[in-house]
Amino acid sequence: MSWISKTFSSSIGRKIIMAITGLFLCSFLVVHLVGNLQLFKADNGVAFNAYSEFMGHNPIIRTLEIVLVLGFGFHIYEGLSLAIKNRAARGAQGYVSNHIEQNSSWHSRSMAMLGSIVLFFLIVHLYNFFGSLRFTDVPRDANGNEDAYALVLDAFRNPLYVALYVVAQFALLYHLLHGFSSAFQTLGLVHRKYTPAVKFIGYGFSIVVCAAFAAMPIYFYFFK
Amino acid sequence: MAGSNPNAKPMNLTLKVWRQKNRITKGGIVDYQVKDISPDMSFLEMLDVLNEDLLRQGQEPVAFDHDCREGICGSCNLFINGRAHGPEQGTTTCQLHMRKFSDGDTITIEPWRATAFPVNKDLSVDRSAFDRIIQAGGYVSINTGGTPDANEIPIPKDISDRAFEAATCIGCGACVASCKNASAMLFVSAKVSQLALLPQGHVERKTRVENMVAQMDLEGFGACTNIGSCAAECPVGISLENIAILNQEFLAAKATSNNLA
Amino acid sequence: MFPDSKIPEGPITEKWEKHKFNVKLVNPANKRKYDIIVVGTGLAGASAAASLAELGYNVKAFTFHDSPRRAHSIAAQGGINAAKNYQNDGDSVYRLFYDTVKGGDYRSREANVYRLAQVSVNIIDQCVAQGVPFAREYGGLLANRSFGGAQVSRTFYARGQTGQQLLLGAYSALSRQVAYGKVKLYTRSEMLDLVTVDGQARGIITRNLLTGEVEQHAAHAVVLATGGYGNVFFLSTNAMYCNATAAWRAHKKGAYFANPCFTQIHPTCIPVSGDYQSKLTLMSESLRNDGRVWVPATKETAEKLRKGEINVNDIQEADRDYFLERKYPAFGNLVPRDVASRNAKMMCDEGRGVGSTGLAVFLDFADVIQRTSAEAVSQKYGNLFDMYAKITGENPYERPMRIYPAVHYTMGGLWVDYNLQTSVPGLYATGECNFSDHGANRLGASALMQGLADGYFVIPYTIGDYLAQTPPKPVTTEHPAFQQAQADVEARVQKLLSINGTRTPDDFHKKLGHLMWEYCGMSRNAEGLRYAKAEIQKLRREFWSDLKLAGTENEMNQALEKAGRVADFLELGELMVDDALDRNESCGGHFREEYQTPEGEALRNDDEYAYVAAWQYTADNQPEILNKEELTFENVKLTQRSYK
Repeated sequence: MSWISKTFSSSIGRKIIMAITGLFLCSFLVVHLVGNLQLFKADNGVAFNAYSEFMGHNPIIRTLEIVLVLGFGFHIYEGLSLAIKNRAARGAQGYVSNHIEQNSSWHSRSMAMLGSIVLFFLIVHLYNFFGSLRFTDVPRDANGNEDAYALVLDAFRNPLYVALYVVAQFALLYHLLHGFSSAFQTLGLVHRKYTPAVKFIGYGFSIVVCAAFAAMPIYFYFFK
Repeated sequence: MAGSNPNAKPMNLTLKVWRQKNRITKGGIVDYQVKDISPDMSFLEMLDVLNEDLLRQGQEPVAFDHDCREGICGSCNLFINGRAHGPEQGTTTCQLHMRKFSDGDTITIEPWRATAFPVNKDLSVDRSAFDRIIQAGGYVSINTGGTPDANEIPIPKDISDRAFEAATCIGCGACVASCKNASAMLFVSAKVSQLALLPQGHVERKTRVENMVAQMDLEGFGACTNIGSCAAECPVGISLENIAILNQEFLAAKATSNNLA
Repeated sequence: MFPDSKIPEGPITEKWEKHKFNVKLVNPANKRKYDIIVVGTGLAGASAAASLAELGYNVKAFTFHDSPRRAHSIAAQGGINAAKNYQNDGDSVYRLFYDTVKGGDYRSREANVYRLAQVSVNIIDQCVAQGVPFAREYGGLLANRSFGGAQVSRTFYARGQTGQQLLLGAYSALSRQVAYGKVKLYTRSEMLDLVTVDGQARGIITRNLLTGEVEQHAAHAVVLATGGYGNVFFLSTNAMYCNATAAWRAHKKGAYFANPCFTQIHPTCIPVSGDYQSKLTLMSESLRNDGRVWVPATKETAEKLRKGEINVNDIQEADRDYFLERKYPAFGNLVPRDVASRNAKMMCDEGRGVGSTGLAVFLDFADVIQRTSAEAVSQKYGNLFDMYAKITGENPYERPMRIYPAVHYTMGGLWVDYNLQTSVPGLYATGECNFSDHGANRLGASALMQGLADGYFVIPYTIGDYLAQTPPKPVTTEHPAFQQAQADVEARVQKLLSINGTRTPDDFHKKLGHLMWEYCGMSRNAEGLRYAKAEIQKLRREFWSDLKLAGTENEMNQALEKAGRVADFLELGELMVDDALDRNESCGGHFREEYQTPEGEALRNDDEYAYVAAWQYTADNQPEILNKEELTFENVKLTQRSYK
């Protein structure tokens, strides 16, 4: 199997892992967003709790969860190790004067930092919801489903959480603004005809997804 | 003085130049004043003026690489005011002219920085890593003689033109110097996609990309994060599209080549 | 005794074929027992090193650059000639041969030129197979363009970067052999002497330009592919590092130097703008297809223009002198390089030059822009116009370009026989470094052709003839000649560093360049040449007593490198003057004012000067011995060129 490990330990191979896991995580964002949109339903969380119960116990979902963890794991590990490798390639002696802002965008250069913010958010987020639901006894609602909705209500009464969630969505936004089309470039999926469309969709995707996620804590804090 | 603007005023400038005795010793920035610089001078001619002054005073001139001074040999490589080849786009250092600067300016001049490009002396760096990458596979393995007639294989003009555009890389290393990751992907991709586009290069396309990428990694260049600084600073406008082609070639080669190693 | 030029017998069309059969061969198993040194990695050197390594020889390739790809071949713009006749316009090997001999003003060897034309077709095949992206037509086949001195379209090109693409092709072939271990590559290594043992070339002495280390390298044969010596003039279109040191050192070890006075002045270069100028930039000759060359009709107008009192676009048609169209109605702006250059100089000498130095003429595109459009002109010459704008800061779409002739190429070089062997057995010279194929004037797009012909298709055959007669036992640096040569090189470096005077190498180089340009440049006369000779001798003495350097020999020291090259230029310059003085005729790039037709055109003297002047070194500061190789023309009739 040495050719496989060699492929994925080369600089391009690692980038390919970043791209594939990145796009996979984008698809997760879509699923996660669609499900969570039920929070906005005016039924005091009945539908959301049912959805949450389903996600927590369906065997297919539980299996995919492992894939998702691996996706995150690889994306985070490769991202950090590439960042370290790239820093080493740059060398100890930096430029005295460097106007890199004149040839590239801030967010494209800040992927590791933006990703780290998102990672920090992810840990807090898992602790808030996933941890409580999976590892503690949560009160049940009228339908006998675990009352995840109550957890959300509770969490977003805390302005610090609200602020963290909103900031994290900005970090995710900028991460995606570069990451989405960058993944296509890394996979070599570039064509003069289609690449402009990929870029456009990437921008639209990033803005819609992040805005919708950010709307949730704001909605709960101010309107519930 | 002739040139464009007979009324152009000579300039006085402050130069902050990286001086370093050799590969081992530590370097630092040294300040110099240059006077009566004509706006029609090229940037390197301005450095010639500095060096003549230094030599007359018995000091060592600033070492820097340069040769053709026409923007094609790829020797010149200065990081000027925080930009590879200076502030003007699509220009090598030797084709940058002093009319882009103003009287009283301070100009910072540094060598290319990258682990794979160690400093030889002052502003001169070692770019032999690029040669070793080409030696790893940047060629078509044919011997002299015995080749078919040149018109035997027709090549569509647009393909040939794209191959030509990739082939115009001058190997200066501005891509590496300006990349936040010191990645050599633009350089490597220019050669890989030139030969991947042309039928002559098809026979070895898999081994070529595998070997060149392996050598690139061995030399200690960073990985591409698609930020685009390289293409923005490339004096001959090598396109990022080539990097996508390189990625494609690499993936296809790794997935389908018979090489198990 | 003059060495045999070894031109094979028989009809010209069969000479090369017969010769290839008659030369001795080294059997494949024995080839790996021979070491060959190739100095220089431009077109001629890289192609030779790669091809010899492919045959099985062990090659050591040397370049003073940081990479073989930096060689100045890379800067050639226009194209490469080949007698492919792809355009069905009547081209043939014979026609290319004829055009080249005639273009060279009948001062080249017929046999060499015919061989060049023959192998030209193989070069294109070779380069295309390497992946060189030549320009193509929509049908996918190769495109051609026409060039000066020919009535057929036989020039292959890759936009304005043909030299770059060809060099990168040769560089890739070389890189492949480096990877195979058949070529050992020495970068940043400058050859500072040739080592001869019992009269045969057996190695070289180099200096590592990073560490200053002086090294000995032995081999069974040495090939010099070190380019031309145009930088004698200080300002030229050559790259900054181009120099004559390797060739000159070889000359002092016994290799004859042929026709040193034959230098080509290119008419369309961007003019000098000040004393600080370090080099000149060529604008492709193709611009003269559409541009009109002119100067103000009177001295007074020219003076006002120079002072900035009037604007160029305000000068009325009647006040302009389109001097090439006036003097040469048949060829107009398309007269050959030497004629165009001399006439521009004449105008400036009359005080009608433009630009603030007065050393420029206009090349005007207003007519063609009006006739077609600025877009159409941009399509054709866009990159050249951009380059002009970048360098001068002027917009050539709005005001005429200013151009002036500049030194571009040297036809002279080390004397070689038909095998490209110099007068030192075992020492070969290829490309611009030798004198062989261009006579007194080189045609456009022929330099690339010659470099690659020599490297890919001539030297691999002819060097075997010598090696087959050399025993295949290892050559080492044991011989005292190596120790002696190394000691000489080190002593010379020490001497340069110890003078501790007041003037920089560039200072001397500029003075020499000025003398050469004024007195041994576009036009020459006996009086000026004698003056220049005395001045060069004086300058040389000053150099060795008043040179200023800094730093040491044990490190990267670019001023020291430069000083060594200038020292050699100071000797070569005098030989060029001697050669120009000897040649009492005008031909090609050599125009002696005393020898011209009543209309002011070059006047050849075939009865007395149809020879190659091969100069033999005797001792420092002593006159060299002139050996003459008579040229015989059996196929081409000698005629006077006329462009009226």
